Amino acid sequence: MKIERQTRLVIGLCAFALILIIRLFYIQLVDRSYRDLSKANAMVHVPIYPTRGLIKDRNGKILVGNKVCYDILVTPIEIKHQFDTTTFCNIFGVSREFMRDKFKEYRMYRKRIGYQSLILIKQVEPETYMKFAEVAMNFPGFRGQARTIRQYPYNAGGNLLGYVSEVDRDYIDKHPGEYRSGDYAGKTGIEAAREEDLRGIKGDQIYLRNNRNQIETRYMDGEMDVEAVPGHDIVTTIDAELQNFGQQLMDGKVGSLVAIEPKTGEILTLVSSPGIDVDQLADIGKHYSEIVKNPYKPMFNRAVQASYPPGSVFKLVNGLIGLQEGVLTPETMYPCSMGYHYGSKNKLGCHAHKSPINMEESIMMSCNAYYCYVLRSIIENKKYDSIEEAFNKWNEYVHSFGFGEKLGSDFPSELGGNIPTAELYNRRYGRNHWRANTIISLSIGQGEIGCTPLHLANLCATIANRGYYYIPHIIKSSEGIEIDEKYTEKHYTMVDTTNFKKVIKGMWRAVNSGAGAGGTAWVAHIPGIDVCGKTGTAQVPRGKDNSVFICFAPMDDPQIAVAAYVEHGGFGATYAAPIASLLVEKYLTGEIAPGARADLAHRMITSKLIGTR
Amino acid sequence: MIQGDNKGRGFVKTVDWSLIITYLILVFIGWLNVYSSSYDPDVSILSWASRSGKQLVWILTGLGIGSLILFVIPPRIYEGLAIPVYLLTLGALIAVIFLGTEVNGSKSWFQLGPVSFQPAEISKISTSLMLSAFMSRYSYRMKNTKDFLLTVLILVVPMLIILLENETGSMLVYVGFIFMLYREGLTGWLIFLIGMVILMFIMTLTMSPFASILTATIVMTLCNEIRAGKLKKWFLLYFPIAIALIVYSSIWNKAATPDPEGVISDTLLLKIKPIYVLGTLLVPLGIAYLVKGFREVRWFRVFSIGALIAGVMMTFSVQFIFDSVLKDHQRKRIEVLLGMTEDPAGVGYNVRQSMIAIGSGGLFGKGFLQGTQTTYGFVPEQSTDFIFCTVGEEWGFLGSTAVVLLYAFLIWRIMKAAEGSRENFTRIYGYCVASCIFMHLIINIGMTIGLMPVIGIPLPLLSYGGSSLWTFTTMLFIFIALVRNEGRYF
Repeated sequence: MKIERQTRLVIGLCAFALILIIRLFYIQLVDRSYRDLSKANAMVHVPIYPTRGLIKDRNGKILVGNKVCYDILVTPIEIKHQFDTTTFCNIFGVSREFMRDKFKEYRMYRKRIGYQSLILIKQVEPETYMKFAEVAMNFPGFRGQARTIRQYPYNAGGNLLGYVSEVDRDYIDKHPGEYRSGDYAGKTGIEAAREEDLRGIKGDQIYLRNNRNQIETRYMDGEMDVEAVPGHDIVTTIDAELQNFGQQLMDGKVGSLVAIEPKTGEILTLVSSPGIDVDQLADIGKHYSEIVKNPYKPMFNRAVQASYPPGSVFKLVNGLIGLQEGVLTPETMYPCSMGYHYGSKNKLGCHAHKSPINMEESIMMSCNAYYCYVLRSIIENKKYDSIEEAFNKWNEYVHSFGFGEKLGSDFPSELGGNIPTAELYNRRYGRNHWRANTIISLSIGQGEIGCTPLHLANLCATIANRGYYYIPHIIKSSEGIEIDEKYTEKHYTMVDTTNFKKVIKGMWRAVNSGAGAGGTAWVAHIPGIDVCGKTGTAQVPRGKDNSVFICFAPMDDPQIAVAAYVEHGGFGATYAAPIASLLVEKYLTGEIAPGARADLAHRMITSKLIGTR
Repeated sequence: MIQGDNKGRGFVKTVDWSLIITYLILVFIGWLNVYSSSYDPDVSILSWASRSGKQLVWILTGLGIGSLILFVIPPRIYEGLAIPVYLLTLGALIAVIFLGTEVNGSKSWFQLGPVSFQPAEISKISTSLMLSAFMSRYSYRMKNTKDFLLTVLILVVPMLIILLENETGSMLVYVGFIFMLYREGLTGWLIFLIGMVILMFIMTLTMSPFASILTATIVMTLCNEIRAGKLKKWFLLYFPIAIALIVYSSIWNKAATPDPEGVISDTLLLKIKPIYVLGTLLVPLGIAYLVKGFREVRWFRVFSIGALIAGVMMTFSVQFIFDSVLKDHQRKRIEVLLGMTEDPAGVGYNVRQSMIAIGSGGLFGKGFLQGTQTTYGFVPEQSTDFIFCTVGEEWGFLGSTAVVLLYAFLIWRIMKAAEGSRENFTRIYGYCVASCIFMHLIINIGMTIGLMPVIGIPLPLLSYGGSSLWTFTTMLFIFIALVRNEGRYF
């Protein structure tokens, strides 16, 4: 028995040894894949970062350029001896504690790091790097890797442009196979929207290392290397000068300023205030927490993301619908006794002006009562079987102006705004339990209406075009970049061209009637230019009214359509009208006329509604 | 060379030269590979700053320890020292939990200035000595329950403490003592049972509790019917039922798999899980077996039913053990080994890189110092636990096979010398040494070639490190001294 057991154990020993040997036989002699993998391990891939495409304005000025900087890489395993920390810290201006912490970390994760190189210091200026390069031989294990970072020659359009930053794990996971740790990508604005055009294609150089981990040769003499392909340049529709001027005008105010070229739908200026300065963009990492903590949320692009009540500007839409529906003619006269009285004791107030007035005058003086009658005549039109049907028609009209939905601009995260439907009121008041007077505030652009400044600018462009608009956009077609066809299609409203002419006359009179005549927007008058405009003073639940103004010019050949929206700025004529008209003047004449206009510009630039940054 | 029947008195004629020479060859191979795996062209092979320089010091001191054991220490004292040494080591094992320094997540090292050592290493020697001393007593009978339980106790106490230290690897080495126990008369069924436990554990995790229990039932009935000489009956009765159950479970699985829309069709079939069917069949089977077993006084039958019940209970607690008892890194390692998760960059990374290193060696290897995987540092712990990578990469299939054969020869030689001994103490101790080296060999090399989970234990005599080298040197030389002593006096 014992001998038998002893033999069994020996057989067991041989069996196990045989299993090991068979396995070795298999992986060393049969399966050749390990040999190939071992060769692949000998290759060192060095990424070649492409230059990111430039972002230019409509006149070819560079809004976003590139400059070279260096990342300082360290290969912890190559650092065997003490090195001169003092000199190193002095060159790069880092503290000894920083180095100590970093190296502590490297020691802790040394197994995971292995022979990898890691970025120690990011974005070092070329001058600093040159200083280091002179003494680099004293610092084995450290090297610099050139890469380009963003540079902003113009202080224009911080929010528009967006920023570029290193991709994090989350971003890499969301774009499988496209990015690796250490890559940069556009995170907001145009940088994000056109990331695929701007980024270019990374190159790859392959080196072979020998068995001492020293790089020996190019793999196949560089035949398998991949050249980096630079990114495409992006030409925007932005006018850098105008954008810069617009930012100055909006400085210290909360709100936004949008200018569109009506005959193309190209956005000339898009200011959201307070915004992000370009010098903050360049080093977003450092400023990020400061920006996020700002109570006015500079990251939030009010021009396309804030839903505001349009205020009296919206009277234009109601007027146009009335004309088209035939319930209003330019000659229609309505009375106004300090407002519109309805029911037994309800009144929608208005300011003092003559009465009764016709349509043109109603636009010029921005009469509230007039538009209450207009909305009522639209909603209670006998042509329709019910108020509900008439109201849905109204809704359809408003939508045809682009309101209540995303316009479809090429700007990321555009907001659709809100235009109420009959269903909403049915739910709120019950079917047949609401009438024109129930929803009367819609007549003057209050109530359940929400729209973005971009919507308003688009309305202005539509009126300037006498009935159609192009979807507002900020990217122009250029070499290698083709914009979507939808940006070159005319979008007609449901209102005929002829009806627009009647409204435009009123807008002209609002601006050009002279100080005493009761025109609400005389402050927007520019000598020698036919500006057509409409003020708005939108009531808000809390605080001073919002100051709103839209205008376009010149009347007969519109070059620019502007919408200005200043939160808590008071009357439309207080801030929005001067700001918009100054922008128009700058665009059409290239400068602000000295004298009264220059003073106005100075006053606008220097008046602050909030503490400046 | 073979000196087994030598009656001479001199050292040259009494000592087992084949063991000493194999030992020296392995240690020398180790030294070369430690040098290669931590190769730095700027540092000399003999420099104290390099691992090879340090390893040389460990080797020379190891040889010093070996000579001390061979020439100075009287071999008679080990039997007497067994109990105090065993108890002292247990004390050290417990103390290290509180006083030790933590290395790689396990608190099992004593740091004394530049020297660090693991009580778990010494414990292998002390437990071997203790087992040998206890089991070689004249009155010892393994069939005696008290003796057997004490034997198990001697073995299990250090295992449990080491488990507390989070040194699963070292703990597993103790499982190897079962081969020694088998040699000393332990029933082979125990090895079989342990094998079954491991199989059921793996099946529960990778397949299902159903598969695990079904397999156990098949094996259990097969064993019983073979023992009763009724293999034909098994094929006619149990085998068709088992096949039917497998077919049913595959149909059920298909029904339970959601269709592309993620909807599971709601049929009656789904309510009758295969495991319920199996359970319903197991109850009458168990009762029948028990009744038959007791009536015919077939204890094997009764015992096998008990084992099956224990197996069922284990199956259901495996998930619990896996989720709650095992540490995170251990769970990951098992998952990767069993192919439950693909993880080439994580835990699987080590094994993958180690297999690339060994696999790329080919027949002859890349040559001394020419390994690339090694110097690129893809394999972590290259000079310690993964030293076999360097062997495989630089010396190829021939070199790595030679190393495996050297170990096999060493173990076989120890077993042979142990069998040749007239003293129970020497024989049992020899088998302890052989078991230890065997377990280290299988686990370590198995790990580097992807047959075992990554369990951090060194390759005896080859891996860098004084603690491990000295332990195995001491262990082996005590045995050589014991054998030689017999040669001198008999």
